[in-house]
Amino acid sequence: MALTREQMAQRVAREMQDGFYVNLGIGIPTLVANYIPEGMEVMLQSENGLLGMGAFPQKGQADADMINAGKQTVTARTGASIFSSAESFAMIRGGHIDLTVLGAFEVDVQGNIASWMIPGKMVKGMGGAMDLVAGADNIIVTMTHASKDGESKLLSRCSLPLTGAGCIKRVLTDLAYLEIADGAFILKERAPGVSVEEIVRKTAGKLIVPEHVPEMQFA
Amino acid sequence: MAGFDKRVASYEEALAGLEDGMTVIAGGFGLCGIPENLINEIKRKGTRDLTVVSNNCGVDGFGLGVLLQDRQVSKVIASYVGENALFEKQLLDGEIEVVLTPQGTLAEKMRAGGAGIPAFFTATGVGTPVADGKEIREFKGRAYLMEESITGDFAIVKGWKADHFGNVIYRHTAQNFNPLAATAGKITVVEVEEIVEPGELDPTQIHTPGIYVDRIICGTFEKRIEQLTERS
Repeated sequence: MALTREQMAQRVAREMQDGFYVNLGIGIPTLVANYIPEGMEVMLQSENGLLGMGAFPQKGQADADMINAGKQTVTARTGASIFSSAESFAMIRGGHIDLTVLGAFEVDVQGNIASWMIPGKMVKGMGGAMDLVAGADNIIVTMTHASKDGESKLLSRCSLPLTGAGCIKRVLTDLAYLEIADGAFILKERAPGVSVEEIVRKTAGKLIVPEHVPEMQFA
Repeated sequence: MAGFDKRVASYEEALAGLEDGMTVIAGGFGLCGIPENLINEIKRKGTRDLTVVSNNCGVDGFGLGVLLQDRQVSKVIASYVGENALFEKQLLDGEIEVVLTPQGTLAEKMRAGGAGIPAFFTATGVGTPVADGKEIREFKGRAYLMEESITGDFAIVKGWKADHFGNVIYRHTAQNFNPLAATAGKITVVEVEEIVEPGELDPTQIHTPGIYVDRIICGTFEKRIEQLTERS
């Protein structure tokens, strides 16, 4: 079975380490915050200028001056700091964020990522995604393995305009966890009940399948 | 003598000298920390052919979105322009030009502009459409592209509290692009929720020192929330 969005978030959360500063993108990455392991301390960065993002506010407590990068009302946790957009992207560009999780339309075997623009459709903008992929060393891309029409999103070469070149090393899809190295995807884990054959069939770019591909663990 | 008293009495006075064809840098992220009354004053004045530099462009009927209704904006430099149907229509009709700029690069363009730095190199956007036509240079084995800084004829800024010297503090994440915009305007106008007595703001806590600020005005704000999200 393909992973649910919650399961994908749960699997990504296993990559967290105590003391990490983490930036979570919009969509599935946001859900990762719900699965940070008990007893582990992690600071979430929101690129509009907040380090130490807390839970959503209690009913009636929302403050228009307190939002995250998705423009949702949030709170700040103890130990948080708030700063300007230039300071925020100094942290990002300067490589100070330990883990970045973001979505994508396509990734390829060279570690390229396309996530912001589909030519012919309305272009809304890249927001902070280009800065995040250029600045972070440790990035996990979360996306579905194939489109609704069954087209693979793991390609030999991205077909859409890029968000960043050669910057992605790890991808979690609803079918598999893969790494990217030396011009190929390497299949590291498969979703429970998903066959290696299905993953091979739905991966357009070069895929290296080790002899043993373990089933994904969530806890 | 006015000395360092930068208070003005009306919004009309706050934006005196703003003319057609000028560049206006605006603070704010989404609808958070936007100079909503100064934007409304630009609408009232009817200034046209403006270049607007701002992370976003408001929503239909609020924030910078109100300047689109009478086609007052000819060019927008922004990182994300969703959430605005009128903007989309004017873009597709070719009535408005948009330069999409990565958010961190946009922030740095303002910061550098205000700091007298004409351009800088960044890895952001290398290998993407953002790099088209820009100089690429290698430093320590990695490719970087050159981005030019931005200054504006006017900067419009939303602060929380200010004193008459123009020292400003921002509230929570309504800070965002505001202190950067404040440095990058030839004329910087700050509207705040409260003008406090001299000495009330702790000098060690000032976000925008008064040297950057030309005019201060106190306003009342709607502070619309774009995505009200509460604990379930």
